[in-house]
Amino acid sequence: MVVESLREAYGEELTKIGERDRDVVVLDADLSSSTKTALFGKKFPDRFFNMGVSEQSLVSTSAGLALGGKTAFVSTFAVFLARTYEQIRQAVCYNNINVKFVVTHAGITVGEDGATHQMVEDVGIMSGLPNMKVIVPVDSVETRSVIRFLHEDLKTPSYTRLTREKFPVLNDPGYEFKLGKSVIMRDGSDMTIIANGAMVAFALKAADELKGKGIDARVINMSSLKPIDRDAIIKAARETGRIVTAEEHSIYNGLGSRVSEVTGEEYPVPVRRMGMRDTFGKSGSSWELFDYFHLGVHDIAKISEDTFRGER
Amino acid sequence: MVNSLTDEELYKLARKARRHIIEMVYSAKSGHPGGSLSIIDVLITLYFRELNVSPSKPDDPRRDRLILSKGHASPGLYSALALRGFIPEESLAGFRKLPSKLEGHVHYGIPGVEASTGSLGQGLGIGVGLALASRLDSINNHVYVILGDGEIEEGSVWESLMAGYKFKLGNLIAILDRNGVQLDGYTEDIMPMIDLRRKVESFGWNVIEVDGHNIAEITAAIEKAKLQRDVPTFIIAKTVKGKGVSYMENNPKYHGAPPENEELYQRALSEIGDA
Repeated sequence: MVVESLREAYGEELTKIGERDRDVVVLDADLSSSTKTALFGKKFPDRFFNMGVSEQSLVSTSAGLALGGKTAFVSTFAVFLARTYEQIRQAVCYNNINVKFVVTHAGITVGEDGATHQMVEDVGIMSGLPNMKVIVPVDSVETRSVIRFLHEDLKTPSYTRLTREKFPVLNDPGYEFKLGKSVIMRDGSDMTIIANGAMVAFALKAADELKGKGIDARVINMSSLKPIDRDAIIKAARETGRIVTAEEHSIYNGLGSRVSEVTGEEYPVPVRRMGMRDTFGKSGSSWELFDYFHLGVHDIAKISEDTFRGER
Repeated sequence: MVNSLTDEELYKLARKARRHIIEMVYSAKSGHPGGSLSIIDVLITLYFRELNVSPSKPDDPRRDRLILSKGHASPGLYSALALRGFIPEESLAGFRKLPSKLEGHVHYGIPGVEASTGSLGQGLGIGVGLALASRLDSINNHVYVILGDGEIEEGSVWESLMAGYKFKLGNLIAILDRNGVQLDGYTEDIMPMIDLRRKVESFGWNVIEVDGHNIAEITAAIEKAKLQRDVPTFIIAKTVKGKGVSYMENNPKYHGAPPENEELYQRALSEIGDA
């Protein structure tokens, strides 16, 4: 399976957009060579602002640029942006302006840098903010499409969550992201695995394992977290009766919580949430960490089978 | 109207604004009179003499921008906006009440307001961004940011001071309401700033100190700041918290409390005098 970097896709797409639109500005906080905004910065130095290791300044300055009519893309690592929650709340979301946060190095796939840098609470933090949209792209193709969407069709705050690690390319080149819509990556009628980010590729492999046991699992890529695709969740609940969620994020306030909210309100069915269980991450290789935290392919297959059979 | 008013006429407008401030917080039974009264002479000078803004074209891309970073001084800003014609003077009566737009802290969406503020330490960064946007668009305007002296205890202010210097923002003018009082007491007790002028100068800014209640001095400082090309200016406006109402002056209690009763309310209005 081909793997590609989401953050490189971001940097490249950003640079293409910068060529077409002179009102696009990019801000970073001394991590541009890692977030890949340096690609933009090299090409358009006048429209690239390296704010230094000053995230509060990063966010409030981006708000000023947006209030001055610019389209601001803002990048740093997920964990460091969270420090500026209140700037994001007041200066960006309350003013409801055109600032696009695109963070990298989210989740446990930061790997060896360890728990301090593995942000697994961000989706919850950002989803609670009025006016904020939250997106977790699954691969490089979806990342490019999301960045184009943010530029062309959204003039209000958004949070897009990218990773350090390269992920398998699951989408065809012509794929187009739609806000608030999910994608059925594999249809099935016995149960549904709703996943996002790295977990979608795992879920697809888990579905193969389940097939061997006679369980026909549907796999959904829920990249749009806010707004979330309520219809697809209700349909999965109604048609398959059992749901497992899988995310590289805390089970609190992320995908699992959102899915449970929808089923709880609209069509209650058993939902099992897979994710970080109220814990920090750990140093290790990214792919070993998934097994360490019981989020690997076999773990998903096992939990899915249990859920399907009604066992807890 | 702008530029043609005498100092005396501006002082008269400032008295009018002070009356509004007292009326607003008394009617709302809450709000921040102290820091509104200390900054109102600066606000009136800006809105009636220095700012290139127009109530008939509040979205003109070439306009000057003013961010009241100390957003709790909303009665001061709302009064100035009303007197300048951005919002009706009658609307001030809705301050802090449903369904008025006049939120307790400055709210984006009110004509003439450039950004919501109230959580301290964010306005200077917004000013840096606005100043950068103007430069990218070759707009020859100025961006003003009014800071409180309790507010500058926020580290984010110093981050933005670094950025203002780095990006050579000669079109950015910060004005500090140096009244020496914050919610819990006197600023030098809560968190000493020691030599503030030297601190800010060491961040590379052009610093000017003025009497923040002397309209001629305020004007001269702003005119001087406007001559800067590559260096941002930080005006330290030495002010008195609660200026114009004797029992509020230099009294931390009136940072965030209105006159408690009708007698104190009337006394405040009579001390300010007719406008």
